[in-house]
Amino acid sequence: MALLEIKNLSVGFDTSSGQFMAVQGIDLHVDAREVLAIVGESGSGKSVAMLAVMGLLPKTATVTADTMTFNGHDMLTMTTKQRREIVGRDVAMIFQEPMASLNPCFTVGFQLEEVLRFHMKMDARTRRTRAIELLQQVGIPTPEERLNSFPHQMSGGQCQRVMIAIAIACNPKLLIADEPTTALDVTIQKQILDLLVSLQAKHGMGLIMITHDMGVVAETADRVIVQYKGRKMEEADVLSLFETPKSPYTRALLSALPENATGDRLSTVADFMKNEAANAGAAT
Amino acid sequence: MSEIVLEGRNIVRDYHVSGGLFGKPKTVRAVKGVSFTLEKGKTLAIVGESGCGKSTLGRILTLIDPQSEGELLIDGKPINIARDRVTPEMRRKVQIIFQNPYGSLNPRQKIGEVLGEPLLLNTNKSAAERRDLAMQMLVKVGLGPEHYNRYPHMFSGGQRQRIAIARALMMSPSLLVLDEPVSALDLSVQAQVLNLLADLQDEFNLTYVFISHDLSVVRYIADEVMVMYYGEVVEYGTRDEVFSNPQHSYTKTLFAATPKSDVASIRARLEKKKAAA
Repeated sequence: MALLEIKNLSVGFDTSSGQFMAVQGIDLHVDAREVLAIVGESGSGKSVAMLAVMGLLPKTATVTADTMTFNGHDMLTMTTKQRREIVGRDVAMIFQEPMASLNPCFTVGFQLEEVLRFHMKMDARTRRTRAIELLQQVGIPTPEERLNSFPHQMSGGQCQRVMIAIAIACNPKLLIADEPTTALDVTIQKQILDLLVSLQAKHGMGLIMITHDMGVVAETADRVIVQYKGRKMEEADVLSLFETPKSPYTRALLSALPENATGDRLSTVADFMKNEAANAGAAT
Repeated sequence: MSEIVLEGRNIVRDYHVSGGLFGKPKTVRAVKGVSFTLEKGKTLAIVGESGCGKSTLGRILTLIDPQSEGELLIDGKPINIARDRVTPEMRRKVQIIFQNPYGSLNPRQKIGEVLGEPLLLNTNKSAAERRDLAMQMLVKVGLGPEHYNRYPHMFSGGQRQRIAIARALMMSPSLLVLDEPVSALDLSVQAQVLNLLADLQDEFNLTYVFISHDLSVVRYIADEVMVMYYGEVVEYGTRDEVFSNPQHSYTKTLFAATPKSDVASIRARLEKKKAAA
């Protein structure tokens, strides 16, 4: 059985000019020990779909789905209280901006121990030992001292490591990483991606990587979903996606990579979709 | 041999950090003696991780900050803004585009005013002339005259970066400093903006200093590449030299860290994973 199973998920937002559909009929499933990448440009609804799973969307959003189950629990009919027990413990999420997702008023140690206190009901001493152990796992040097640091005293890469430590604190079954490396340098990006993949393998977690970077997909994913304007364009395992992309949009995305540039110009997605439409018109 | 637009000779920049009430003040040397020359119409890419001094160098080149030591020559003339005032003529030569298009535009200023302001401050063109020039520039960067009266929040990230490019080009500069202009943008929008920059370079014969940490973009756009590490230049040469035969260990680390998206390396990764499991 799949760890997370979603069928026909739609998310709409009420705006002054009627309802805006951010996600339109997405199906997806993730198994335990699997890395799924969701790729798309901004506005393609990739983050919104995952926020819907976590129940983190604002009240103006309407979420509908045929099924949305996590580990056997029905996420649609669940009360807020039940959801709060699962979110953070069995499903955890890492966000794009590490500096913005940590609270600047509290030390790193406090924020890390908060999860352990809330979900695991540990006492102060076990919490501290576990916090040090977690910081060691994510590769932060001198964790005993770092527990007393505030987020602004650490670099972006270190903050992201702390975020990962918080996310894996309760040994989640599923980890959702929403553009975890977009704000970081290439060398740090490599370290963070390696860390995520090694933790995933070690704990046997399911991992969902949300990204717009085809390079990140190539480096981490087992299976890929390509999303565009709230719809799923293609789903394939990573090798066949790069070898024989089926959807025109995927081909457009791949040709927009600077390393795939032919001649002086980069092809853009807009050009590609225009050509595709013209070809389709000529064919009929 | 074509003319040299920009030359740096042993440029150094120190920042003085006060040590607080009882501490000793410290001096941080952010740029440690950088030398280079750049010909007209070419692109120099400055690569390095955050904190390596690449943006500091960019600010010196744009005449925002003075250098602490060394010489900066633009069009063959030595310039030291710590000593002399920056004249409108100097401002006209160098312009900058910043990384974050959401932060670099004033949210209360209409696009027309954004574009007209450099002309208002540095020239004595009339309001009607400024308006005409701004309209023309909007068309050049792929927007339309109908965008003249809109506010920045009405635009997407890629469009805002186009506006920032238009603003920089209003003074028809010969040198443009681009500080990570596409790192905040999506892949497909990034391709559009890079195409635009290439077109504009051909049209106006612009010289670019392109600051970036993304090697795939640098490989696409640069003629010459300079790799910086802790304020020092560790590698400097033409694009082909640097990419085909990196000398310094840091450059090699950078190459190794760049994600590879070709089919062979994906297959290698999957096989390694299968072996480990």
